Amino acid sequence: MAEEKEIAYRLAEKQKEVSVAEFFERNRHLLGFDNKRKALMTVIKEAVDNALDACEEAKILPEIKVEIIEMSEDRFRVIVEDNGPGIIKEQIPKIFAKLLYGSKFHTLKQARGQQGIGISAAVLYAQLTTGRPTKIISKIRTKSEANYYELHINTQKNNPEIVKESTLEWKKEHGTKIEMDIEASYQKGAQSVDEYLKETAIVNPHATIIYTNPKAEQVIFARSTNDLPKEPKEIKPHPYGVELGILLKMLKATEGRTLQSFFTNDFSRVGPTTVKEICEKAAIPPSIKPSEVNMQMAERLIKAIRETKIIAPPTDCISPIGKDLLLSGLKKEIPAEFYTATTRPPSVYRGMPFVIECCIAYGGSLDKESSANVLRFANRVPLLYQPGACAITKSIIGTAWRSYGLNQSSGALPAGPVVILVHLASVWPPFTSEAKEAIAHYPEIIKEIKLAIQECGRELARYVLKKRRVSDSIQKKGYIEKYLNHVGGALKELLSLSDKEEARINDSLKDILEKSRKIEEIEKVEHDGSEERLGILQNDEESEVGEDG
Amino acid sequence: MAEENMLAKIKKTATEIYRQIMAKEKPHLKMPLRSLSNVNYDSKEGYFEMSNEFKERTLTVNTIKTFAQTLRMLSLSKTLVETDDIATKREAYYISKNWGDAKFVEQPESDTVMDDIEAMFMVNREQMGFISDEHGGSVSGELIVVDIDPSTNKEIKIDCTKMGTGSYSVPTRVEHLKFETNAKFVLAIETQGMYERLVKHSYWKTANCILISLTGVPSRACRRFIRKLSDEKKLPVYVFTDGDPYGWLNIYRTLKVGSGNAAHINKYFCVPNAKFIGITARDIVDYDLPSHPLKDIDIKRVVDGMKNDPFVKFHPEWQKELNMLVKMKKRAEQQALAAHGLNFVISDYLPKKLKDPKSWLP
Repeated sequence: MAEEKEIAYRLAEKQKEVSVAEFFERNRHLLGFDNKRKALMTVIKEAVDNALDACEEAKILPEIKVEIIEMSEDRFRVIVEDNGPGIIKEQIPKIFAKLLYGSKFHTLKQARGQQGIGISAAVLYAQLTTGRPTKIISKIRTKSEANYYELHINTQKNNPEIVKESTLEWKKEHGTKIEMDIEASYQKGAQSVDEYLKETAIVNPHATIIYTNPKAEQVIFARSTNDLPKEPKEIKPHPYGVELGILLKMLKATEGRTLQSFFTNDFSRVGPTTVKEICEKAAIPPSIKPSEVNMQMAERLIKAIRETKIIAPPTDCISPIGKDLLLSGLKKEIPAEFYTATTRPPSVYRGMPFVIECCIAYGGSLDKESSANVLRFANRVPLLYQPGACAITKSIIGTAWRSYGLNQSSGALPAGPVVILVHLASVWPPFTSEAKEAIAHYPEIIKEIKLAIQECGRELARYVLKKRRVSDSIQKKGYIEKYLNHVGGALKELLSLSDKEEARINDSLKDILEKSRKIEEIEKVEHDGSEERLGILQNDEESEVGEDG
Repeated sequence: MAEENMLAKIKKTATEIYRQIMAKEKPHLKMPLRSLSNVNYDSKEGYFEMSNEFKERTLTVNTIKTFAQTLRMLSLSKTLVETDDIATKREAYYISKNWGDAKFVEQPESDTVMDDIEAMFMVNREQMGFISDEHGGSVSGELIVVDIDPSTNKEIKIDCTKMGTGSYSVPTRVEHLKFETNAKFVLAIETQGMYERLVKHSYWKTANCILISLTGVPSRACRRFIRKLSDEKKLPVYVFTDGDPYGWLNIYRTLKVGSGNAAHINKYFCVPNAKFIGITARDIVDYDLPSHPLKDIDIKRVVDGMKNDPFVKFHPEWQKELNMLVKMKKRAEQQALAAHGLNFVISDYLPKKLKDPKSWLP
C-alpha cells in the first residue's frame, strides 16, 4: 500500500511537469478548437457564456456586443463586451489567464460554464496562434476608473503573465470587455457564429445581443422580456452523484471533524439516520476523522451509498426557461405559423437534478422539403456540433412522428416544415466531452426528453390535422372538377352519346358528388380530433405484387 | 363469338352506370375481391377457386380518379375488340398518357385496373384485347408445336428438338396451339441457368422429356401452355425450383393451383397434376448443400403462407416442409447442387428424384 502511494505521488509530480500549452495542444479537439472555423465559434461562445453568467448572477439584464474584425485571411480580432458587474482587479489575471481557475467547479449550480477552462483556453489559443496578448478592460460600479490588462499565460507554470497593466477612463458604468486576436476562419451557415448567436438569443430572451460580423453587417437580437431568469440555487452534491475520486477529494477538503459531520454538512439529503445506515453497511464508525478514511474504506462507502435509499436531491436549484419565454424566444427568431412549448417537472439522473423543456415551431416559411431543424441546448447554451452523438437527437429519432402528422423514414429525423427545440437544464449536464457538444445517453434523460417531445407532438398533431382537413376539403373540390369530365367522356365513347348527353351526365354527377362531399365534411367535424388520414390518392385495392402475369 | 359477347358485356356495364348517374344515384361497379383471402382450394379439381367476396367501387370523391380510369380502360377495350387489334399491358399504360389528368403515373396502376375489369367480367385479358408483355418461358425437347403462320394463316410445325443451343419461346396466346410428342414427362425449371445446363447436356434426350424454363413466377401463357400440353398429351409435370419459400409458394404454388390475384381464370391457368421435385428442406441436409440464411422476407412469406394460403393449409406435407426450413433458418438454390460437380444434377439428383415418388411433394 505504502509503495503504491509513493508511485502515485511520483506520477502526480511527473504530471505537473506537463505544460498547459502541451496539454492544450494535445487536447484542443476536446476543448472545441479542432479547426479554424470551430475555433472562432468556440472563442465567442466562451466569452458570451461567461458574460451571460456574470450578468445573471448580478441580476443585470444582459446587453452583449460581439464584434469580429478580419485582420488578414486567417486572422481575426474578436471583441466581446458586456454590461456585467465587472471583475475586481486582483482576479482579472487569474480568471482569464489561468486554466482551471473558476468559481463554478466546486459548487453544484446551474450555470453555463463548468470547469473554468473555457475562457482561459481561448486566451491560450490566441497566444499560441498569433502570439498577441489578450486585452481586458473591466470596471466595477464603485470605482471611477476601469482596469486595463494585457495578458499572456505562462504555459510552464499555468500562471498569468501580465504584459501590461494600467487604469483608464471608460464611459461604461460597469462591465467587461475582452479583445483577442486569433487564427480562425469565418463562414455562415450551420455551426457558425451567426447560428450560435441566433440560437443563444432564442433561449435567452432576456438578453440583447448586438453582433457585427467580419463583413461589417450588424444584427441586433433584441430582448423580448425584462424578466431575468430565476436565480438558480447552489446545492451540495447528492451522494448518488459522487464517484470514488470526488469522494476522496471531498474527504480531503472537508471541514467536518467526523465522518458523520462530513456527510451531513457536505451533502444534500443526508441526515444522521442515513449516515448511520451508510456507515453500518460500510462497517466504518461514523465518529472516525475524514482524513483517516483510506482508499478501501472509501470504496466501501461508495458501495454502501449505492445500497442505501436516499431521498432525491432538491430541484429548486434548477432554473428552466419556462414555457412562455421559450415561446417568445422562438417566435422572435423563427418565422412559423404554429408554436407549442412545454416544461417538464424536474427529474434526477445519478443524483443530479435536471429539467427538460421542448418547443416546436411548424409551418410558415419553414422549409417543407428538408428534414426537421433540431435546436439543442444545455443550460441555455446552443449545442451545434456532434448532433449524432447527442441524447436529444437520439430521442427525436426514436419518437414516432407520423402520428403527429409529420413524415419520417425509419432511423431518421422527421421531415417537414418544423423546428424542434430541446433544452436540458441541470446543475451538471452530462456532456460526452469537455467541448460540451453532445449530451450523454442517460436513460432517465432520454425518457424525459421523449415525454417532453410527446407533449408538444400531441399539440402539433392537433394543429396539423386540422390544417390538413381544411386543405383536404379544398383539394377535394378540385379533385371532382379534375376527373368529372373523364367519367362523362368515357361514357360518351362507350355508349356513343351526344355532347348534350355528356354535359348532362357531368351536371348530374357533380350534384351527386357535391352532396356527398358536404355530408362527409359534417361527419368529419363531428369526429374532431380523430387521427384518420384521407387516402385520396391511395388505391383502395389489395394486390399481390408480382404474383401473377 | 367471344367478341360479340365481350362487347355486350362492356355495353351493359356502361349503360347501367349511365342510368345510375341520370337517376342521381351514386354509380358503382361490383367486382370480386382479388386476394388470397378470397380463394378456396378446390382439392378435387386442384386449383384455387374464387369465393364470394365482392368489393364495390362506388363513385365518391375519393374514388373518382380510379373510377374514371376504369371507364377509360373499358372504352379502350371496346375499341380494341371492335377493330380486332391488341395492346400489351405496357402499351395500354402509354395510351393512358392521352387521358390528361386521368392518366396512369406508373404501369402497376394500369395493370391493377385491367385486372379489376378482367375479374369483373370473369374473362381473361386476351379476350378484352389486352396481352401480357412478359416473357412466356423457353421450351426444348421431344415436342412439336403446331402453330399458325401469322402472315399466311397456314399451319406450321415447330420441332423443339431442332433448336440447337437456343429454345422455342412460348407465345403470349397459346389457345390455338396443338402438340405432337412422344415424351414421357414435362420438367419445369425455375432458373434459366439450370435450364441451360440441362439443354447443354441434352438432358431431354437422355430422359425423353420436355424442358421448360419458368424464370421466376411463370407467366399466364406459360402456365396455360404447360396445362394444355399436360391435358392433351396426358403427360405428368414435374417442377424443379430452389429450396426457399419463394420457389415453393410463389413459383410452384402459382403454377399448380393459380394465384389469389387472378382467381377468376385459375381454372384454366394452372397445372393441378404438377408434382414438386425441387430442393426440399430434407435435401439441404441429405445432400449437404451450401445454403444461405433465410431473409426476413422469406420468414414473412412462410408465416403468411401458413396463415392465409389455402393450398398450404390443405397439405400438411408443405406445412411440415415450411416449418423445417424456418427451424433450419436456411435456404438453398437449385444451382447449389453444383457443389458436388457441375453435372451432379443430371447424373444423380434428377434420376434419383424421378425414380422415388416418395421424395416428391404434392
